[in-house]
Amino acid sequence: MAMQTTEGRPDAAALSTEPAIELVGISKAFGPVQANKDISIRVMPGTIHGIIGENGAGKSTLMSILYGFYKADAGEVLIRGQKTEIPNSQAAISAGIGMVFQHFKLVENFTVLENVVLGAESGARLTPSLAKARKLLVELAREYELNVNPDALIEDIGVGMQQRVEILKALYRQAEILILDEPTGVLTPAEADHLFRILKGLKEQGKTIILITHKLREIMEVTDTVSVMRRGEMTATVKTAETSPEHLAELMVGRKVLLRVDKKPATPGKTVLEVENLSVTDIDGVQRLKDVCLNVRAGEILGVAGVAGNGQSELLAALGGITAGTGHVRLNGEEIDLTGRFSDGQSRRARGISHVPEDRQRLGLIMDFMAWENTAFGYHHDPAYQKSRLLMDNDAIRADTAKKMERFDVRPPDPRLKAKSFSGGNQQKLVLAREIERNPDLLLVGQPTRGVDIGAIEFIHQQIVALRDQGKAILLVSVELDEILSLSDRIAVMFDGQIMGERLPAQTDEKELGMMMAGMLKGG
Amino acid sequence: MDFLTLLQILDSTLRLATPLLLACLAGLFSERSGIFDIGLEGKMLIAAFFSAAIAATTGSVWIGLMAGISASVVLALLHGLASITFRGDQLISGVAINFLAAGLTVLISEDWFQQGGRTPQLSGAARFNPITLPLTDTIGAIPVIGPIYTEVLSGHTILVYLALLAVPLTWYVLFRTRFGLRLRAVGENPGAVDTAGVSVTRLRYTAVIIAGILCGLAGAYLSTGFSAGFVKEMSAGRGFIALAALIFAKWRPWQALGATLLFGLLDALGTRYQNIDILGVNLPVQFMQALPYILTVIILAGFVGKAIPPRAGGEPYVKER
Repeated sequence: MAMQTTEGRPDAAALSTEPAIELVGISKAFGPVQANKDISIRVMPGTIHGIIGENGAGKSTLMSILYGFYKADAGEVLIRGQKTEIPNSQAAISAGIGMVFQHFKLVENFTVLENVVLGAESGARLTPSLAKARKLLVELAREYELNVNPDALIEDIGVGMQQRVEILKALYRQAEILILDEPTGVLTPAEADHLFRILKGLKEQGKTIILITHKLREIMEVTDTVSVMRRGEMTATVKTAETSPEHLAELMVGRKVLLRVDKKPATPGKTVLEVENLSVTDIDGVQRLKDVCLNVRAGEILGVAGVAGNGQSELLAALGGITAGTGHVRLNGEEIDLTGRFSDGQSRRARGISHVPEDRQRLGLIMDFMAWENTAFGYHHDPAYQKSRLLMDNDAIRADTAKKMERFDVRPPDPRLKAKSFSGGNQQKLVLAREIERNPDLLLVGQPTRGVDIGAIEFIHQQIVALRDQGKAILLVSVELDEILSLSDRIAVMFDGQIMGERLPAQTDEKELGMMMAGMLKGG
Repeated sequence: MDFLTLLQILDSTLRLATPLLLACLAGLFSERSGIFDIGLEGKMLIAAFFSAAIAATTGSVWIGLMAGISASVVLALLHGLASITFRGDQLISGVAINFLAAGLTVLISEDWFQQGGRTPQLSGAARFNPITLPLTDTIGAIPVIGPIYTEVLSGHTILVYLALLAVPLTWYVLFRTRFGLRLRAVGENPGAVDTAGVSVTRLRYTAVIIAGILCGLAGAYLSTGFSAGFVKEMSAGRGFIALAALIFAKWRPWQALGATLLFGLLDALGTRYQNIDILGVNLPVQFMQALPYILTVIILAGFVGKAIPPRAGGEPYVKER
């Protein structure tokens, strides 16, 4: 590879000695929080450089500084050896930096072409700009395997395609350094593989790529070098070939972590949940769930895999009593009301169904309420929480919350702290504590580790497995295939509101599940 | 209804639709950029006052027009300051502007002219006078088309023609220029505009200033073209009807023309038929005058269908990732 570069491009030798981008002593504080502390990093041209770290480790802040969103308190940025000030996005673009954000910055009701051109028009009149861009877009698409229809509206194309538009935007602005922030969070495994092929293609063309992620597998798969961040500091930079996922995880968390879930084989008992032809139609008349049939037995975790937006949310919402549905749902053989007066979260909980919703900040907690208030929600009729017929016993709730917080290792263990003051992982532990400690027959749990640190993921997984081992039924919905594969005893794959089939984790792999998630493979 | 009556109604439709159209386009620019503007009313009112007052004082309607536009732009900038720079609530800022204009105009005019909140009657060069379009004699001789040309289209003040011209101009700017692309984008997703290296603040201020200018024209038309002087509260809810028309038009310029003409027609009918007997019931004057407003509610409630406002409308832009 090195031979080829030196032969192919005369200036490659000179290039490779000088970093494409170098950060020297970058520091940034938000009030008392030191988001970045004295960070130095050298990214060589024509490489893929991974930056890995837990949520809140300061990766995003660092990238925001590079893209001119924040101004660093100290330190400097060197681009191809030149000290460069980046006060705004315009300056970043001029310096050849392109950014693909985790949440795409696209105008939904514009075409692909309009989005690419926006901000980089060639003149005051639009028509010639668009014509020029169309030609360039076709060339770029051919060169980098980035095929998109320039006239499609963003809202009509899938997320994988939208991401390609973001990459095209950067290339159209002649970016030499491409930064991707958590690019695979919304992609199917096949789409992620395609993305990695594109990135490797870009690398071969001499582009420099910075990949920010918390997924160890991606780092191992595509990067040449990886830098690890922890609590605002750069703890290590290593060659990817010379490290291992276990080692990186340890560097990220600061202690040894178990990446595999340690669990005994399941011993399923009687059927707890039976779902028969469950359908859900949303407010716009679109059918979101189509005749879903599944069952979960006691002492078993059924994992529901799928790309976000394929009906998993609606499945949880219908089972949890949040939205109405049609069909039959039986808990321990008894019919559950899906549409009537008694179809709500409260009565579901009374029947022994606990629900840890996917979006904990919207459905799981009230962010401005204190931990103890949040702990009472849904169980506020609990006799132990009442002082009299009218008054609640807040002291009792606080005491109970403190106990739960201790058992679930919620930090800091202060019931009087507002939900929003906890980190993502601790918020999730708070919700889990509330739901699991009620000893439900069935636990519905959606995206249990979304936005949760590796350390906390380990703990949350252990708690879910422990509940299973107590003989409870668990329905787990997750878009993280790793999580589904390691936690589930059985896996159901959803696509377009339907169950594509079921698999046993030992008898399947990411590839097969990925094809089922994309609707290309059905059966079982 | 005979042909002449119809022509007269259409003629007054055009006159009544003009301030609505200008204000509606003002709202279109502002809201397309993501800044909701319920202060159209206030901006029109203050422009109406200052155009009439300065025209009365200087004797020149053009100087009056400039004064009216300036006053409206000042209020527009105030709205911009509150909602763009200080990221305040756009509805509250709009309401405040309406109150401010209603109070200020009466206060200043009373202090200045002592005529009970009015300005002196304008005449001659102090107001916009009707323009007779060329070739009225030749085209007027043609049956049907002739009378439409002479009675309906000809004989309006320059501001009416300016308003009509503003429609294709707005369309062109919005859909065929770089500025228009950015303007539409900033109302949908300011984050996309910001990360593309374009200043969200500057774009939104530009849009708000354009809205100020158009409201200034609308207000000046009210007091120096449509009427001959300022009367207190003379905008009479037109700013709000323009907003209704904007929703009805789904934030598109040609549809805005259609919507404001419709509201103008309702107004013209209400003014013309003060008393109507329907099935032996005599409808009172008040009912006919209220008709445009009643129909506004009905149209908006039932006939608009799904009107999707610009997605980032009403939200101040805060940089975030």
